[in-house]
Amino acid sequence: MNLFLDALAWLTDPAHWTGPGGVPTRVLQHLAITFAAVTAAAILALPAGVLIGHTRKGAGLVGAIAGAARAIPTLGLLTLLGLALGIGLKAPLIALIVLAVPSVLAGAYAGVQNVDTAITGAARAIGMNPRQIVFQVEIPLAAPVLIGGLRAATLQVVATATLAAYTADFGLGRYLFSGLKSRDYAEMLAGALLVAALALLLELLFAAGQRLAAKRIAAPAHEKGAAESDSPREKEPV
Amino acid sequence: MIEFETVSKTYPGQSVAVADFSLVVPSHRTVVLVGSSGSGKSTLLRTVNRMVEPTSGRVLIDDEDVRERDPVALRRSIGYVLQHGGLLPHRSVLDNIATVPVLKGTPKRRARTAASELLERVGLDPKIGRRYPGQLSGGQQQRVGVARALAADPNILLMDEPFGAVDPIMRRELQEELLRLQAELHKTIVFVTHDIDEAFLLGDEVVVLREGGVIAQRGTPAEILGAPADDFVRDFVGADRAERELHITTVDGRSIAVDGTGRPVGVLAP
Ligand SMILES: Nc1ncnc2c1ncn2[C@@H]1O[C@H](COP(=O)(O)OP(=O)(O)O)[C@@H](O)[C@H]1O
Ligand SMILES: [Mg+2]
Repeated sequence: MNLFLDALAWLTDPAHWTGPGGVPTRVLQHLAITFAAVTAAAILALPAGVLIGHTRKGAGLVGAIAGAARAIPTLGLLTLLGLALGIGLKAPLIALIVLAVPSVLAGAYAGVQNVDTAITGAARAIGMNPRQIVFQVEIPLAAPVLIGGLRAATLQVVATATLAAYTADFGLGRYLFSGLKSRDYAEMLAGALLVAALALLLELLFAAGQRLAAKRIAAPAHEKGAAESDSPREKEPV
Repeated sequence: MIEFETVSKTYPGQSVAVADFSLVVPSHRTVVLVGSSGSGKSTLLRTVNRMVEPTSGRVLIDDEDVRERDPVALRRSIGYVLQHGGLLPHRSVLDNIATVPVLKGTPKRRARTAASELLERVGLDPKIGRRYPGQLSGGQQQRVGVARALAADPNILLMDEPFGAVDPIMRRELQEELLRLQAELHKTIVFVTHDIDEAFLLGDEVVVLREGGVIAQRGTPAEILGAPADDFVRDFVGADRAERELHITTVDGRSIAVDGTGRPVGVLAP
């Protein structure tokens, strides 16, 4: 209770909101490494997931990769990478990418694979080529699930990005590590609260994005207003 | 003109779906393939637009083997209507209809205008164009499916049980609509159904299939109904059904057609 008040006091202290070690800078750093890791994971895993979902070949591979990657303890990986690559952002960035890949891959794969084959079959039958089926049919219809994968990955990464401070003076994790060292538990808790707040904010943004993708892209029929008439009215046949 | 030359199809790990099927579909005619489920109708239909490659034999369109054609270009040149519409749920009705013309390079705006006209052509209010397939009734979706198939002005229409999933009253309306359209457009239509009454209503020629795509009988509806080739056809077309057995009675000096159960079905025209 007291600690919580101390943390609040720490957070409301204007001194902690300025300068290179201030909250705004650290938040931006934290967001930057999260964004970088998820973007890199997306570049690696989205095409692979979409391709596997489209061809329905290599689903076992997805399971294996996702399972293996999930089993890797991020802290352990970071330690190993840190030893190999030294101080800096490279090691945490790679560890975070490894953390993000399974969710992104699974979302893309599941989203595309679950598109009704009757719809893709019809698209093929009227003369869409495979590329057009992927980009004009499968990806739009898979968008909510695909974004769901990015959302899960982002949540994991933003929470785990605290570990970047392990090998670099970077991100909100810095408050946790320095608080731990100097036994400043108020600073530690403040750092944890900031991470939680950031995670919540990103979660809300992604939830909105997912809803928007569902409404605008995948199933616009269910958009409010567009469905003003439920009663099918047909013109009399001549 | 579409020619099936001893077309056979065996799906991997399955028994024979279609064996040695030969048929000529003359241009500007409607030929209906009718048979029970699993008799190979869809398989045959799909060999025309190369959705299915025959195991042996070949399919010719205007004397050209379809295998010589690029499958994507071939499919864009043939209208295809499916049972469940197969519309893209995330595109508006207009954009669904405009799909193939846009793929072929027609500017979007022009394709949409044409799509709107097609809606009227198939008996729908053009206002429906802004809606999405999920907001339409089954019958409306099938009409949109027909409009989409017509959008690139193909010579050939392939229709795979297009009215199978709508209620009987709607089905009847859709069938009448198709007859009316065909009277204007003179497409070469291959129509697949398991409903013999639908086959007789729509077909210039009807091909009755048994298991394995074997032709039990082919001919005009009158030929088949009048002289079923064997017990299978007789049974399939219900030639012995009471409502097919009409005779004439005279009531108040007028000739009334009465079916086998004694129910009056019409008045003989003078
Ligand atoms: N893609 C496929 N893979 C394997 N078997 C199939 C496939 N499509 C159809 N078949 C089989 O081929 C036979 C004919 O099917 P189909 O042409 O769909 O008949 P119909 O349209 O008359 O119901 C059936 O036994 C069916 O199970
Ligand atoms: Mg079928």
